[in-house]
Amino acid sequence: MPTLSQFLSQAFNGIALGSLLALIASGLSIILGTLGVLNFAHGAMFMLGAYTGFVVLSHWDSFSGALGLGALVLFLVGFALERGLIRFYYRRPPEDQILVTFGLGIMMVEAVRYVFGPLSQRVPLPSWGQGIVNFGFFLYPLYRVQVIGIVALLLFAFYILLYRTRIGLVVRAGIEDPLMVELLGTHVRRMFMVVFCLGAMAAGIAGVIYAPLSSVIPTMGEPFLVQCFVVIVIGGLGSFPGAVVGGLVVGEILSLTTLFDPAYAQAAIYAVMTLVLIVRPRGLFGTMGRA
Amino acid sequence: MVEAQRRGPQRWLPELAMAVALVILPFVFDRWFGSVDLFTRILIWGVFGLGFDLLFGRTGLLSFGQGAFYGTGGFVTAYLLTAGLLDSVWLAIAAGIAAAAAFSVLVGFLALRRIGIYFAMITLAFGELAYFLENSPLAKWTGGENGLPGVPAPSIALDGFTYSFAGSWPSYQLVAGFYFIGFVLARFVLLSPVGSVLTAVRQNPERSAALGHDVRAYKLAVFVLAALFAGCGGVLLGIFQSYMPPDAFALETSGQLVIQTVIGGAGTLIGPTVGAAIWLTLRDVLQTIPGVGDLWKFILGFVFVVLVTFMPNGVVGTLLRLWARRRGKQVAAPQAAARHEAAAAREALLAPLPFVHASAAAAVSPPLALEVRDLSKAYGGIHAVDGVSLALPEGRLHAIIGPNGAGKSTFLRMIAREENPDAGQILLHGVDLASADVTAAYQAGMAKSYQINQLFPQLTVRQNLRVGALGRYRGRLRLDVFRAADGFADVERLIEALLEELALTPCADLAVNTLAYGEKRRLELGLALASRPSVLLLDEPLAGLSPAEREDAKLLIRNLNKGRTIILVEHDMDAVFALAERITVLHEGSKLAEGTAKEISNDPKVREAYLGGTALP
Repeated sequence: MPTLSQFLSQAFNGIALGSLLALIASGLSIILGTLGVLNFAHGAMFMLGAYTGFVVLSHWDSFSGALGLGALVLFLVGFALERGLIRFYYRRPPEDQILVTFGLGIMMVEAVRYVFGPLSQRVPLPSWGQGIVNFGFFLYPLYRVQVIGIVALLLFAFYILLYRTRIGLVVRAGIEDPLMVELLGTHVRRMFMVVFCLGAMAAGIAGVIYAPLSSVIPTMGEPFLVQCFVVIVIGGLGSFPGAVVGGLVVGEILSLTTLFDPAYAQAAIYAVMTLVLIVRPRGLFGTMGRA
Repeated sequence: MVEAQRRGPQRWLPELAMAVALVILPFVFDRWFGSVDLFTRILIWGVFGLGFDLLFGRTGLLSFGQGAFYGTGGFVTAYLLTAGLLDSVWLAIAAGIAAAAAFSVLVGFLALRRIGIYFAMITLAFGELAYFLENSPLAKWTGGENGLPGVPAPSIALDGFTYSFAGSWPSYQLVAGFYFIGFVLARFVLLSPVGSVLTAVRQNPERSAALGHDVRAYKLAVFVLAALFAGCGGVLLGIFQSYMPPDAFALETSGQLVIQTVIGGAGTLIGPTVGAAIWLTLRDVLQTIPGVGDLWKFILGFVFVVLVTFMPNGVVGTLLRLWARRRGKQVAAPQAAARHEAAAAREALLAPLPFVHASAAAAVSPPLALEVRDLSKAYGGIHAVDGVSLALPEGRLHAIIGPNGAGKSTFLRMIAREENPDAGQILLHGVDLASADVTAAYQAGMAKSYQINQLFPQLTVRQNLRVGALGRYRGRLRLDVFRAADGFADVERLIEALLEELALTPCADLAVNTLAYGEKRRLELGLALASRPSVLLLDEPLAGLSPAEREDAKLLIRNLNKGRTIILVEHDMDAVFALAERITVLHEGSKLAEGTAKEISNDPKVREAYLGGTALP
């Protein structure tokens, strides 16, 4: 049996991983909910963010610079893709949208592989994140505590944006019924662009934050994409609370199962997903409406 | 997709062409690439793709987890052979394919609980699950990251002479043999009633269910079928390489299958094979070009995105379209030999099928054709339908009228079992439909024609009617893949009679999306009629028709009424008063009045509520 401190330390890891998953998944989820597009390039966007963080942190010790540049890069990528390609897909079947974003994801991964090489590379920790926190009965890396704090702040900001601003109201209304929103005189297409960029930025920022926790490799986005799907199936389509709760649940399951038997950590999240599919196919916070 | 069904020897032309190609092409590859192996690889992907094309190209189910079945098939066979559990390679092959199918039943059952986008996500997640299981918990049997080396090839023994399928050319023969069998099987499925249903499900799943087909069961069936092909592909991969690689399970495998299918052309059967040929050949060629080699996958990704954007039918699909356009210009669309049935014979063909009671006892006293007791439905606080009852003897034409929002459509939807009532009972020939869904209601002889056309736009008129007729003729689910869809003589005669009755014979072989509105409207009615229902529900059949068309439609409805019970919801009062024996007036969800046309038109309550107090003409 693991000791209490091991358990607590893994539980903290679960929160850190889970909050990151929540951030990525909420980006994926609002794009899916609003545009109806399942963005298969979302994992690649996360990876682009991580590589931006890698470049900045390898040259300058500026975490805020990395965050800013990561957000900017993904904003530009999101903007270019939405204007240049995705918007022509809104009238096409959802399968086509999946296919085109899948192809775009491959192109991003291959471009990064070409530029940075196929091997995994370490990302230096920002200097202010180095160190260890003593919680009395167990020690925990400082950066991970900071990650939890930063992501919590970002999720809170996301919440404010979605639930306390005009644009958030339009986005949430768009998730319920895009046609009606358009009929009521909102320029839905412009909103779609904003949402796509926001979703891409959420993935990118999560990538920047994640990079120093681990290392970067061109294929790193794939498991996160799959885990986000699990998060959305568990949490419910297009639901922000669903993405947050689902993310934390998946993060905790992954971390705590690892404590007992790492081989079953991945299997465990699919077991929970299966359970949700049987008991509540719409997901914990989802509605039956779309999909 | 509109395809002419060829009868006689012509039906076998694609099989013949395929056989010729499988004999000639390996020599071409051998000459150009120095070995036949590349073509063998293409065909392994092709076997995998034949099933995927039925699943995605035909039925529209985009799965990103096919690698799970490809890997399962390959690893089960490889394990049985390398661990020495089975001596017969053929038996191990069968076991691997069966294992893949068994796994797919489980995954399909769960993944098909949700559709569209969710289906793609869930299959992908289960694909990843299979990969992790192979890699860690099952590593003891699967070799984990190392895979399983030493998979033997099968051999056949004849009179003491043994022929082994090991080596470059023999393994090509093995793979080509499986591919050919797979191709023939897949063609059988496409031309069978099952193929027709799958196409219908893709174009309009709701109507397919309302026409008596168990949509979820058919989807599960095609999912398992695709897994059979996937398992077979995986098995062949292991034997061909004499090594089963773990990345057969990887998302990359499932993704590559999807990409190849789209590049080649989904829904064309050989599309995935052509796509595999393009992908694998380009990869080999690009990798040898200096400076470009590292970018081969980027380039293929780019090509894929461009193709999805500008050529959604893929290479084969686009070629077929061009070919069809050229042929279409040369010869006019073939007209079906019109078989003019005498009016009396037609009437007999279209007459309602007798209701079959499960038990003989229930049939003793002829019950009401349809009885509705206290049906209620509320949405939130609004009572859409509030305790409405109805009793229709056989052959009654009963109209339901009422102002907009009176609950007519909801009432009809509940009777057709498209919606569950909060309370109340629906009895069809005395049998309670409480546990029936819309599919079961159709099978029991109740059919509905919709206010807004619910057709299969890319099928011909004849194929549309066939989907409807086969629904009742074959039952909820039947996997008669070796029958031709147009091989049921009774059904074909019924279709001819329907075409004639609905004056649709001239456009019988045109795609529905090319028809005029009035023709579509008649076909909408025809779909409901195709089951020869004893109870027919008509939701505003006259909506949108011209005055002349209305007269024809009224005549038609009167004709259909012979021996058949009809509920008519309609806003055209002239038509209602002319047609209906009795009329129910709904107002704000409850029954305001019921009676003959005369009683209703003189009822002061009805005038008050519905007609604003003015007298009726």
